[in-house]
Amino acid sequence: MSFDMLFVFMLTVFLGFELISRVPSTLHTPLMSGANAISGITLIGAITAVNLSDTGGGFSHVLGILAVIFATINVVGGYVVTNRMLAMFRKKDGSR
Amino acid sequence: MTPTTANETMLIVTSLAYILSAMLFIFGLKMLSSPETARRGNLVSATGMFIAVIFTLIRAGLDFKWIAVGVAIGAAVGVLAALKVKMTGMPEMVALFNGGGGLASMLVGWSEFHAHPDQTVVFILVSVFLAVLIGGMTFTGSVVAWGKLSGNIPSRPILFPGQQIINGGLFVITLGVGVLFCGSFYPSISAVYVPTAVILSLVIGIVTVIPIGGADMPVVISLLNSYSGLAACAAGFAIGNNILIVAGGLVGASGLILTNIMCKAMNRSLTNVLFSGFGSHEAAGGAG
Repeated sequence: MSFDMLFVFMLTVFLGFELISRVPSTLHTPLMSGANAISGITLIGAITAVNLSDTGGGFSHVLGILAVIFATINVVGGYVVTNRMLAMFRKKDGSR
Repeated sequence: MTPTTANETMLIVTSLAYILSAMLFIFGLKMLSSPETARRGNLVSATGMFIAVIFTLIRAGLDFKWIAVGVAIGAAVGVLAALKVKMTGMPEMVALFNGGGGLASMLVGWSEFHAHPDQTVVFILVSVFLAVLIGGMTFTGSVVAWGKLSGNIPSRPILFPGQQIINGGLFVITLGVGVLFCGSFYPSISAVYVPTAVILSLVIGIVTVIPIGGADMPVVISLLNSYSGLAACAAGFAIGNNILIVAGGLVGASGLILTNIMCKAMNRSLTNVLFSGFGSHEAAGGAG
């Protein structure tokens, strides 16, 4: 099973390398911000951690809930701030 | 044919939902790199995230209450921060959000180990260690980057004598702790390893970013963004979850490419950005 996961990882990394090629410099920050929101996927891991630690004792439960809070800040804040950046970008582009 | 239980059905449904959200992340990232489609791309990727979260929650079922409280607090803080920040303050806001993601991956790794302290599978131990290490250094590194951009920390490279020796020593100690932990050596003190790794990772994040000048922070944040993807990926290996591996790997790889593009736009190499602070110190020392 661990080799299946490594296999998926390897393919994903190659895909990630190929996905971004020519990016206009005005999009550097929004793209960084948008990718950052995706890295908040660790929220899924946090939810799973809270769920699994139910039987494992209080401390890992608390760690899991803290992880849920910080991961949600990353996800929600990340998408909203990216949307704000891109809205600005489009308006500026339209007025030109 | 054996009848499938409700639990097995739910597992299949969740796996299909993860495949869909992985596709949405890929399309979203692709669309984000072009001006015409960027805004829609962000929404496509957000939809992928929403689907992944909803189906994970449905499958989680039982312990909904605390998760809901955590999500509510996180969402409120995230929305408020994202809406209140001024246009000029957005890069440092992204740094803070990114730090949150790194911290979360660190906590997931820690929580996973604490729930199964007698774990001896080397693959999982390595994954836990990497999630804690990369997640922790992403967190403090991002906070320092935020501080330098917002002016809460002096933006000039902060250097002191013997800095490189201290940094080198830290890396050697971390490597040693990692080998002891992952090889399950001295299991009687195994509870000490993860908290030690937490502290080391937090210190490493500070010492690697503090010698870099404030003007280079956008590149550093992009690199830390790549790290937080890899931390999520390591957390995914630790708990055996493919969507974390796919999304984390995508961000890790594309973040590295973007970092490289940003360096090229400034006519510099990444090594030059990361270590130029030391160079200027030596040059100044030589002149004086």
